[in-house]
Amino acid sequence: MVSHDPGTNPRPDAPASSKPPSATPLPTSGTTPQPPRDAFAPASRHLLDAAAGPLHPVARETLHAAVAVGWADPDRLHAEGRRARALLDRSRQVLAAGLGVRPGEVSFLPSGPAALARAVDGVAYAARRRGARTVASAVEHSAVLVPGRSRAAAAGDASLLAEVPVDEAGRVDLGAWAAALAVDGTVVAALQSANGEVGTRQPLGRARELAAARGVPLVVDAMASLGRDDVPADWDVLVGDARSWGGPPLGVLVVREGVRWQWAYARADVEHGRADVTPWVPLALAAAEAWQQTASTRADDAGTTRSLVTAIRAAASSVPDTEVVGDPDNRLPHVVTFSSLYVDGEAVVGAFDRAGFAVASGSACTSSTLEPSHVLAAMGVLTHGNVRVTLPLPAVSPTLADDVAAFVSALAPTVAGVRAELGVAGL
Amino acid sequence: MNAGEETVLDARGQRCPLPVIRLARLVHDRPDVGVVVLLATDPAAAHDVPAWCRMRGHRFLEARAEGDHSAYVVEVATPSTAAAGR
Repeated sequence: MVSHDPGTNPRPDAPASSKPPSATPLPTSGTTPQPPRDAFAPASRHLLDAAAGPLHPVARETLHAAVAVGWADPDRLHAEGRRARALLDRSRQVLAAGLGVRPGEVSFLPSGPAALARAVDGVAYAARRRGARTVASAVEHSAVLVPGRSRAAAAGDASLLAEVPVDEAGRVDLGAWAAALAVDGTVVAALQSANGEVGTRQPLGRARELAAARGVPLVVDAMASLGRDDVPADWDVLVGDARSWGGPPLGVLVVREGVRWQWAYARADVEHGRADVTPWVPLALAAAEAWQQTASTRADDAGTTRSLVTAIRAAASSVPDTEVVGDPDNRLPHVVTFSSLYVDGEAVVGAFDRAGFAVASGSACTSSTLEPSHVLAAMGVLTHGNVRVTLPLPAVSPTLADDVAAFVSALAPTVAGVRAELGVAGL
Repeated sequence: MNAGEETVLDARGQRCPLPVIRLARLVHDRPDVGVVVLLATDPAAAHDVPAWCRMRGHRFLEARAEGDHSAYVVEVATPSTAAAGR
């Protein structure tokens, strides 16, 4: 989860294989291109908010080629349709192999958040005669929490969604998790592999044991970690977003064989009964290409970004009255968040932007609502003056190390400048 | 300070981070202020006032809903205690 999480707040008016898959070229693979120069990203820009892209350069080429050969509806019986179907099947095989699952367990949905909401719906619907209660951590993606709250409100029963507290690092409280699962009528448990805002990994193994002991399937949101961290092993239903591994926006829903899962509006012929539309094939191909590219360099990329994030954490920690939040070690390699006292989130994002840095923020003033990030709030850490960095894949941003070095140098003076403007220096 | 005496700081209608800045400014100017009741409508204050207390070594006593706003009650540590808490 990442800056594409719009938050949980109402509107203002209201085991996979650790070895990389073989880098078999996809049918449309071209020659290895140079990373493209984006007209909107002149050389002086430093990309430090890569939660939503950009595309891996090879996936970009694949997408371009696939638009020409894979445009047809794969459900059609003519030659163009059959070709699109073959390309879609191939994309599914690549992702299934990468995730260590069977192709029949993998469905494509229009987006990661849509796939996550569907994942929960399918477990709940299949168990509707036993209950309707969902257990989720308080830092789950809004695609879990917002519909869950809405269902509970509609039923007039707040107990239908249990939001399990987290510690100051954002890690779910396993004692409270076990207690929430023990309540009668609990049919779904949802936990992220790691939090996309603060980077903290969740204890999936133990969380799934506790859920399994109650006969409750575990939905794991891996939208922030796939392609960046090891593929999670402890799940019954897994959700990803191709953007996290350098692909286009595309939801991936994996339902492990044997897990009771049913979508109320399923048409059996579409994506194994888990989606209402067949995906646009070029997106699936680009997602598969990005997976192959990213998986082949994942260990090196993780090491590179982990040490860069460590440098940012050290620099931010040395800024007066600034807290770096999230677990310092047991975390995603490429995400770091910090908050500075007396700093306006909108002002600090603007100051970094003028200095050439694209960064995100979980502060209230930077969102469309007055509410700050539900993740920071649940952790009990400062929500104002928040800056979030999501490092791009090294293949996407060859200047990454230089960008981070520049950010480390700019960090303290930029925060000090915002404080001086607000007249809060020395408070 | 006199026990039971509270200083009220009205930050209603002000957006984050202003309520916390005004609280910090009051404590900066009057380190022996004792108990402060901050009135705020900004929802971020519910998270940021306790976080500020933790970072500054002050004691967050309670949050009360009072109609269209909330009241956050803070016991300000004496300067020597606050320094130790940082």
